[in-house]
Amino acid sequence: MTDMSYLDGNMLDGPLRELFAVDLSSATGRCDSCGTLGPVAGLHVFSHAPGLVGRCPACSEVMLRLVRAPDRAWLDLRGTTFLQVPMPLDQPHPRPL
Amino acid sequence: MAAPTTDRVAGPLTWRVARLVERRTETPTAQTLVLEVPGWPGHVAGQHVDVRLTAPDGYQAARSYSLAGPPDGDRIALTVQKVPDGEVSPYLIDVYGAGDPVEVRGPVGGWFVWRTEETAPVLLVAGGSGVVPLMAMIRARRDAGSRVPFRLIYSVRTPADVIYADELRRRARDDQGLDVAYVYTREAPEGWRGEPHRVGLADVNTHGWPADLEPLCYVCGPTGFVETVADLLVGLGHQTRRVKTERFGPTG
Ligand SMILES: Cc1cc2nc3c(=O)[nH]c(=O)nc-3n(C[C@H](O)[C@H](O)[C@H](O)COP(=O)(O)OP(=O)(O)OC[C@H]3O[C@@H](n4cnc5c(N)ncnc54)[C@H](O)[C@@H]3O)c2cc1C
Ligand SMILES: [Zn+2]
Repeated sequence: MTDMSYLDGNMLDGPLRELFAVDLSSATGRCDSCGTLGPVAGLHVFSHAPGLVGRCPACSEVMLRLVRAPDRAWLDLRGTTFLQVPMPLDQPHPRPL
Repeated sequence: MAAPTTDRVAGPLTWRVARLVERRTETPTAQTLVLEVPGWPGHVAGQHVDVRLTAPDGYQAARSYSLAGPPDGDRIALTVQKVPDGEVSPYLIDVYGAGDPVEVRGPVGGWFVWRTEETAPVLLVAGGSGVVPLMAMIRARRDAGSRVPFRLIYSVRTPADVIYADELRRRARDDQGLDVAYVYTREAPEGWRGEPHRVGLADVNTHGWPADLEPLCYVCGPTGFVETVADLLVGLGHQTRRVKTERFGPTG
């Protein structure tokens, strides 16, 4: 890619921690478009679009979009098949009741 | 050093009010700001904070700044390079005064970090102010008494642009197993071998680790610099997931 106006997924951690209790930059995401697995920290983040747009470093498709208004946030993850989030060992493992 | 916080389920982040307690000049355009942040939870080398300014009319601007060293109780250090036409960095360098409040959120970023338990050799490649989180790793290594071999390749425009110049000179001498190599892009000091140039394959080859050693590589600086160096490293056979990057923004 020749456009150098992006940052990387590391910078998403602050904005995403407004929504989530865990660090998502070390979570692994799978691109819905090309199937590449990689850390959220590795996304190419464009911050001059309305909100923050995270693109797959392999195929450049949008995997994540976060738009923040004073009283709400929109998180669009439709370009992501899943996010695998490392959890601390001392969390009780969820099991069926 | 306080316990790492990023692996914990810590709850949503909140903005805290920080105050300037000390300012150090690093270069004509970069300064280290020591902030007091009551209740600072500790952090790991490589993490950053988001800094938020609020104008009297309520307008807000937030930017990310790397933590420059291990935590010291409630004190954290940031090193800010002035981007002349910027919104936030000129304020922090020229206007922000002792005792003034600023809002800080963090620590954030759990990927671009070096933990003192790591045993793999480390290659650090910095462009300009990209040295800040890498210096935090060098300082954390020293504090922990780690023997892990570190190499730093530091690209700057001229000798006067070297941030932490004295400390790097001292540590390269005293911290066993730390090598520092410089690349000058515009003007080299007397006696430096070669002509000023941008970091290239030869620099990474000469001053880095062979890919067979499976080092951890951390590359930080302007976006174009990071792109170039990360591509060189991957081209030299380093695994993508062992090449961690942090892009600071547009230009060089
Ligand atoms: C995770 C992370 C960590 C960072 N850590 C540090 C740090 O430790 N020290 C530090 O000094 N900066 C750091 N930065 C960069 C910092 O967040 C700001 O981008 C920088 O201070 C410029 O902000 P500004 O408001 O002064 O300029 P802006 O108002 O944002 O930009 C003004 C002009 O400068 C350009 N510009 C923006 N950012 C940069 C840049 N970094 N270099 C060159 N031109 C730029 C813009 O395109 C624009 O033309 C980090 C960035 C990230 C994402
Ligand atoms: Zn993809």
